[in-house]
Amino acid sequence: MKKKKSKNFIIGATITGIMLILVMIGCIWTPYDPEAMDVNLKLSGVSLSHIMGCDNFGRDIFSRVLKGSGTTLFVAVGTVFIGSFFGIVIGAFTGYYGGILDEILMRINDALFAFPSILLGLVFISLLGSGKYNVIVALGIAFIPSFARIVRSEFIRCKNMDYVRSAKLAGAGDLRIMFVHILPNTMNVMLSSIMIGFNNAVLAEAGMSYLGIGVQPPDASLGRMLSEAQSYLFSAPGYAIFPGVVLILMVLGFSLLAEGVKEN
Amino acid sequence: MANDILRVQDVHISFAEERKSFLEKRKIREVLKGVSFTMREGEVLGLVGESGCGKSTLAKAILGLSHPDKGNIEHFSEHPQMVFQDPYGSLNPAKKIGWILEEPLRIKGGFTPQERREKALAMLKKVGLEETIADRYPNQLSGGQRQRVCIGAALMLSPKLLIADEAVSALDVTIQAQILELLLSLKEEMGLAILFISHDMRVVYQMSDRVIIMKDGEIVERGDVDSVYFNPQHPYTRTLLEAAGIIEDEER
Repeated sequence: MKKKKSKNFIIGATITGIMLILVMIGCIWTPYDPEAMDVNLKLSGVSLSHIMGCDNFGRDIFSRVLKGSGTTLFVAVGTVFIGSFFGIVIGAFTGYYGGILDEILMRINDALFAFPSILLGLVFISLLGSGKYNVIVALGIAFIPSFARIVRSEFIRCKNMDYVRSAKLAGAGDLRIMFVHILPNTMNVMLSSIMIGFNNAVLAEAGMSYLGIGVQPPDASLGRMLSEAQSYLFSAPGYAIFPGVVLILMVLGFSLLAEGVKEN
Repeated sequence: MANDILRVQDVHISFAEERKSFLEKRKIREVLKGVSFTMREGEVLGLVGESGCGKSTLAKAILGLSHPDKGNIEHFSEHPQMVFQDPYGSLNPAKKIGWILEEPLRIKGGFTPQERREKALAMLKKVGLEETIADRYPNQLSGGQRQRVCIGAALMLSPKLLIADEAVSALDVTIQAQILELLLSLKEEMGLAILFISHDMRVVYQMSDRVIIMKDGEIVERGDVDSVYFNPQHPYTRTLLEAAGIIEDEER
């Protein structure tokens, strides 16, 4: 019983795969030191030695894109991990037990939901201070409500199924039923929402760095680079275009992958 | 005389109905109105009634999945188990068949992985399935195969009491006959008492030693299968038998 993978899945997986390879290369090797400045090359365009040109400090953009997409991805992974971990725990308990605990937590959830996650991120950043790790914590907390809601609805769907009843009859405890019997059945939905979460995290990180409260210089991140590039849009368009294209490809890859997972 | 395996005494259960508006008073609907019966070890007791008469509520109460408002339920089997109607919902779609069969042993504890595996494979054989099925997922099996797996999973802890709630109603007729035969042979082999819940008079006749007829949460008639089927006392029993085309044959 082999199902044919959808086109979305194949294209998404290819793009994401290429991105991951680039990021991994960026971790171990970049053509130039991403922080090395050279005044002579300031805002130079595309050339053979610098295939994406150089920025306002004469740093090689290609090296910085490799490094920066790594940072962006790292923040995205951390964010989604925090968001989905706590989201699963909260969603599982509220969905499975229901009752007053469910009501209270879900009303808090609704209140958090009313704010866009980037705005929540801003609030937490103002409490925690900026920096790579604080961005992860801030965005991670901001992402918990959406994951909690998804997991909760899946648990409500599953908890009255007959297989849960027979597990109960066999003597399984609540925790076992929640995390061994029900959780694997939510994986389909979870996978695609994790992919969408990646997307939102990448965009949110870029947005926060763009606003200057995310990753701090001299660290490179895609959003950071876009934010620095905006003053040179006309004199050096490549500075904005290349990080932007990489960012778009990254998001596109995850989106297609999410669609593909949903279809399979 | 065999010992009692199940005693149900004057059980009442009621549910609050959904309110249509906020101001409306909650209506209480009584689903079971004082049901009492006993079951003996190793017998098959048929429980017949139209849908909504409280059969499944009774089954859940016996298994302790819901609690009676009044009355008393006692069973003398260590792990009473249940086979559900829908073979598609009663197997965890995310787990392999072998895992599902091993799960009761895993929960009980005290078995090595190898022992569990062996017992699971032996059970597959017992319910008439091939060992290779252990590595498949539920959605790769047919309805009949699934129901066999459900029966196997229910019997892993060797219960003395099994409740079959419409266990064959979702299957087509030829598969039905095979599953009924399987249940009867397992009953002989393991000394099971089976509470066989169904709305199908013919199937119940084939399976049961004694039968209980339920209507609107009350037992209206009970007795040996033959005396109830061929000498029905209550008009409702008569209606059921006529609808199933069992009495007509007698009278014409």
